[in-house]
Amino acid sequence: MKRLLLISAAVAVVSQLAACGEKPQTATTRNVDEKVWQASDSPYVAAGYKPGDKAAWDDQLRTRAESQNEYVKTK
Amino acid sequence: MARMKFICDAERCIECNGCVTACKAEHDVPWGVNRRRVVTLNDGVPGEKSISVACMHCSDAPCMAVCPVDCFYRTDEGVVLHDKDVCIGCGYCSYACPFGAPQFPTNGAFGLRGKMDKCTFCAGGPEANGSEAEYEKYGRNRLSEGKLPACAEMCSTKALLGGDGDVVADIFRTRVLNRGKGSEVWGWGTAYGKPTQGAPAQPVAKEPTKS
Repeated sequence: MKRLLLISAAVAVVSQLAACGEKPQTATTRNVDEKVWQASDSPYVAAGYKPGDKAAWDDQLRTRAESQNEYVKTK
Repeated sequence: MARMKFICDAERCIECNGCVTACKAEHDVPWGVNRRRVVTLNDGVPGEKSISVACMHCSDAPCMAVCPVDCFYRTDEGVVLHDKDVCIGCGYCSYACPFGAPQFPTNGAFGLRGKMDKCTFCAGGPEANGSEAEYEKYGRNRLSEGKLPACAEMCSTKALLGGDGDVVADIFRTRVLNRGKGSEVWGWGTAYGKPTQGAPAQPVAKEPTKS
């Protein structure tokens, strides 16, 4: 009888503590991205552009975009 | 402020799939996932047209609107990106997107759907710019290196233009004004013959029948 009581008490304790091991299931929040011109760990950064310089980044991108216009070269 | 956009010129695209290959190579895109595809209308028929399609980085992106876990965000440059740590791979974005941009890698056994993958305009994700973690999840971050997307930069006919919307729209406008349309278009004669070659056959006069 005493053994049965002990077993039932152990089962009750385990079932009551079961929820303590659960991981929180709240929604994860999105990571915040840094600005594209702020920094870069890449060793392949374009020549003439230093990460962190927004004006230089703007110039670099504009030059590259305009170089897609071959009429500048042919006319 | 720049607003990054792609334009594909259907008169110039020669369906070489160079943009598709460049994208796959640049970002180590897994087998079965195509961030960019070349779509051809009336394939095999004279006058067929091809365009290169990927995420159009919509100003009012439907994928962003339907995502139940809010994993999408838009950068200052107008590039629509997502956080793979938050994505649950539900596929709603795939149904919402009119361009078929969101792709899902089969992940493990039984065709289990993995986290969504799409064109990033070569701008990576929320991890540190140019980091190993960013490369593993999203591919290379060329924009932070001061470069434009690989697909547009390597397009041999410059059919695919990428960059600030105002700049690429100006290039396209200049091009259309210069080249005209129809048989005047560059390359048309090589592909489909000169206008005189395609003249309809003259009706042959019938010989009078003997009665």
